[in-house]
Amino acid sequence: MEKFVTHVGTGVPLRRSNVDTDQIIPAVYLKRVTRSGFEDGLFAAWRSDPDFVLNKPEFKNGTVLVAGADFGTGSSREHAVWALQNYGFKVVISSRFADIFRGNSQKGGLLTILLSQSEVEDLWVAIEANPALAITVNLEAKTVSYGDQVIAFEIDDYVRWRLMEGLDDIGLTLGNSDSIDTFEAKRAAHKPKTLPIRA
Amino acid sequence: MGKTLAEKIWQEHVVRAKEGEPDLIYIDLHLIHEVTSPQAFDGLRLSNRKVRRPDLTIATEDHNVPTQNINLPIADPVSKLQVDTLRANCAEFGVRIHSLGDAEQGIVHVVGPQLGLTQPGLTIVCGDSHTSTHGAFGALAFGIGTSEVEHVLATQTLPLQRPKTMAINVNGKLKCGVTSKDIILAIIAKIGTGGGQGYVIEYRGEAIRELSMEARMTVCNMSIEAGARAGLIAPDETTFAYILGKPHAPEDFDAALSYWKTLFTDADAKFDVEVDLDADELEPFVTWGTNPGQGIFLNANVPNPADIADAEERGAAERALVYMGLTAGQPMKSVAIDTVFLGSCTNGRIEDLRAAAEILKGKKISTSLRMLVVPGSARVRLQAEAEGLDKVFIDSGAEWRNAGCSMCLGMNPDQLKPEERSASTSNRNFEGRQGKGGRTHLVSPLVAAATALRGTLSSPADL
Repeated sequence: MEKFVTHVGTGVPLRRSNVDTDQIIPAVYLKRVTRSGFEDGLFAAWRSDPDFVLNKPEFKNGTVLVAGADFGTGSSREHAVWALQNYGFKVVISSRFADIFRGNSQKGGLLTILLSQSEVEDLWVAIEANPALAITVNLEAKTVSYGDQVIAFEIDDYVRWRLMEGLDDIGLTLGNSDSIDTFEAKRAAHKPKTLPIRA
Repeated sequence: MGKTLAEKIWQEHVVRAKEGEPDLIYIDLHLIHEVTSPQAFDGLRLSNRKVRRPDLTIATEDHNVPTQNINLPIADPVSKLQVDTLRANCAEFGVRIHSLGDAEQGIVHVVGPQLGLTQPGLTIVCGDSHTSTHGAFGALAFGIGTSEVEHVLATQTLPLQRPKTMAINVNGKLKCGVTSKDIILAIIAKIGTGGGQGYVIEYRGEAIRELSMEARMTVCNMSIEAGARAGLIAPDETTFAYILGKPHAPEDFDAALSYWKTLFTDADAKFDVEVDLDADELEPFVTWGTNPGQGIFLNANVPNPADIADAEERGAAERALVYMGLTAGQPMKSVAIDTVFLGSCTNGRIEDLRAAAEILKGKKISTSLRMLVVPGSARVRLQAEAEGLDKVFIDSGAEWRNAGCSMCLGMNPDQLKPEERSASTSNRNFEGRQGKGGRTHLVSPLVAAATALRGTLSSPADL
């Protein structure tokens, strides 16, 4: 995973709440067996509408998506994170994220930032007034800044450390494999096993 | 102070806890399907890792598979590649798989319980958000993303933040014709699609205790639609009786049983939040909008967005009515349906098919619509055929299909066309979920069957 410390980019104002993962990437686009190429499916249904924000030339190169509340609800598909990343997004800002989506984004290095709804609305207004507005996200300082605004955000320290170091969870866990061995040795015998197959 | 059920299960699965870090949680059962696993297996290969516990892992093919002509190769080459990739990965890593044509193939959340692998007190994960279904057995079960699938394959554990706990007390008794689907749709409408975020829900109360195992699975299944990654119900005699005799029921049943009987929320435990719902006041429920929280009694009218105080919700409701092609104030029962879909991990089990067949028996579905009946698993299909339910469906004019996720998410050929309207026993009414431009009303199997007969959204009481 790439390290994330700071990012400077322009914003995309997505004025919708409850953007579910079926909207982020519809199921028919989930059939690839790789982690790349999912940008085609990003917001596929909405992109056929010429007025959709991503179809406006001034927002085409945005890397900071600013969305309404309850972003990423629904399906657990990590393809939603990959689609956003494959398209070029580095950061998503919302006042509320669905749990599974947020967990997935943190695994893959897409930074999800919680701001209050009024901070999100101020950001929408600022971006719409000036689509070229530079937005700086500083994970080390835990701030989002634009113009003369500096907004602090909260993020779990452990998650922040992992993102800043670009660390792979599996490697970290396997560093403690002794504790897994110890746990397994004590598991109850009545717990089910899938093998051997019983009919 | 006592512990809640979710806290007990969590505590028993902590492999490693360290201040300032997520707990490392042991996973007892890992379910796999073709859509969210290929990149995970790829990751293992790249890092030269193996599957730590193939004996706690099981795969099936469900999201992509066709429900017709299953003896032929899968026609869509991309779907076929994904299914073939799963088969090759399972062969390479020694994972048990139930492929199309096998009696145990089916929707992963129907297969686990029917094999007796889903048991109380387990931690169960799958790369699918409806893994919450298994919580009906008093298991802590939740959906994960593909990175987490890879993590579980490699380590049989997951680093997780401890969730908060929410009790939803469903008091009183359900009226005749009101089902567990109506309970969960009413809960989601009450607490909203984000109401359960960060929580594990425990469903409690008289109305929950009286539900069958399969009805409990319907409730827990849609916990994620209320934002909760997991929902569970304390196991009881209903649970134990359901597991007894299943292929993977514990050989030492008494040992398991004495453990299972410790799985309840202590009387002095405290939930972070409690919500109450009165079962007596419930009626058949239906969604009118494009998220599962946009629901209402079937007897009511389409809500008027102007009556919604919150600006964000009002805007969402306005957009939803445009997408759904509905007018504020229009009676829900006046809405004409093009397709009835009976199936999915929410309502594709044998009891669901029996309930619908009971209504359809000896009658014909409306000529203005089509009805797809898609059993949740090949085993459910066989059972239904043994009971003659297939004949009831076929004689009524419905299509009797093979098992899979099917039109719940339209990854296979079973899709709605633009503006086509469904009454669906599935779990999500998102824009385009069942096919681009398709319009979905979520309903119970009883409402689905009554609607199929009348052509407009209906309850059995209207027949």
